[in-house]
Amino acid sequence: MTRFQKKLWIGLLIMALLTPFGIFLPEKFNAGDAWGEWGTDKIQELLGYVPEGLKKLADFWKAPVPDYNFGGENAAFSTQVISYIVSGVLGIAAAVILIYLITKFLVKHEK
Amino acid sequence: MHIPDGYLSPQTFVPLYGASFVFWAVALKKLKKELSAKYIPYLAMAAAFSFLIMMFNVPIPGGTTGHAVGAGIIAILLGPWAAVLAVSVVLIIQAIVFGDGGITAIGANCFNMAVVMPFVSYWVFKLVKGNAKGGARFYAAAFLAGWIGLSVASVAAGFEFGIQPMIASGPDGKPLYAPYPLSIAVPAMAIEHMLVFGIVEGMVTALILKYFVKHESELVYATKEA
Repeated sequence: MTRFQKKLWIGLLIMALLTPFGIFLPEKFNAGDAWGEWGTDKIQELLGYVPEGLKKLADFWKAPVPDYNFGGENAAFSTQVISYIVSGVLGIAAAVILIYLITKFLVKHEK
Repeated sequence: MHIPDGYLSPQTFVPLYGASFVFWAVALKKLKKELSAKYIPYLAMAAAFSFLIMMFNVPIPGGTTGHAVGAGIIAILLGPWAAVLAVSVVLIIQAIVFGDGGITAIGANCFNMAVVMPFVSYWVFKLVKGNAKGGARFYAAAFLAGWIGLSVASVAAGFEFGIQPMIASGPDGKPLYAPYPLSIAVPAMAIEHMLVFGIVEGMVTALILKYFVKHESELVYATKEA
């Protein structure tokens, strides 16, 4: 690894530690879901009903770590914060592993 | 901009899977031809970066949240096809592991954020910078690349949301999937991304480019070709 790459990795790890700002700030400014990413209860509230097809597909998949949160919906804020950082690190790890696996088949290593 | 499961009808998400599939195939083919081994660590870091930056939800006070994607800067630094791969990998992990974006919508989300965005950003950057190799015009081009790239991607998502009531309604006339028409969905997505999240994307794009030009300028893909 070059010195420059090492620096970039340190930058990425610092970024991972700072990710909780991504939940602090929306909380502080009372901002909710992204547009079009509401859960079915929120849609019920917005429209007064839940579209039929949407209802059927909404639970198509049960993600192991929904919303980057290990503690479930009613987790304490501290749990959410820690979950968020751990999710960030897990995400980086998964992304790096996948990229290396994919490129392993693509690139002839020049040595 | 991560469309969840249930918002898009099969008539929409199946073709978008097809479209993304074509771009994935071409990306792999292109990268097989031109990606040299020394770029692999950067590609991995690019994916890590994109994953992380999407976690920084930016609030609109009292309103919605959104985030930058990073596809523009990745396209400028490593090329648009590398960005297709890096951001797609991230979006697939987000959908499967973290439930961010639907499984049925992986094709759509990849099309918007990992295809439309990197190519728009890349073209905007090349077009606006002209022959500039630094200075105000060069970094303005980077800012615009990020800003316009994210905004166009958000319009694409808004369009996909907005056509749902037209193409998929129940016998009672009620929409079956995303309920809002084009006249609401497109402006809602476009305005918040143009005024808030796109600005963040633009600044991130310009700042990171500046860092790379300063420290590792020969790496930057978009300044290599004639």
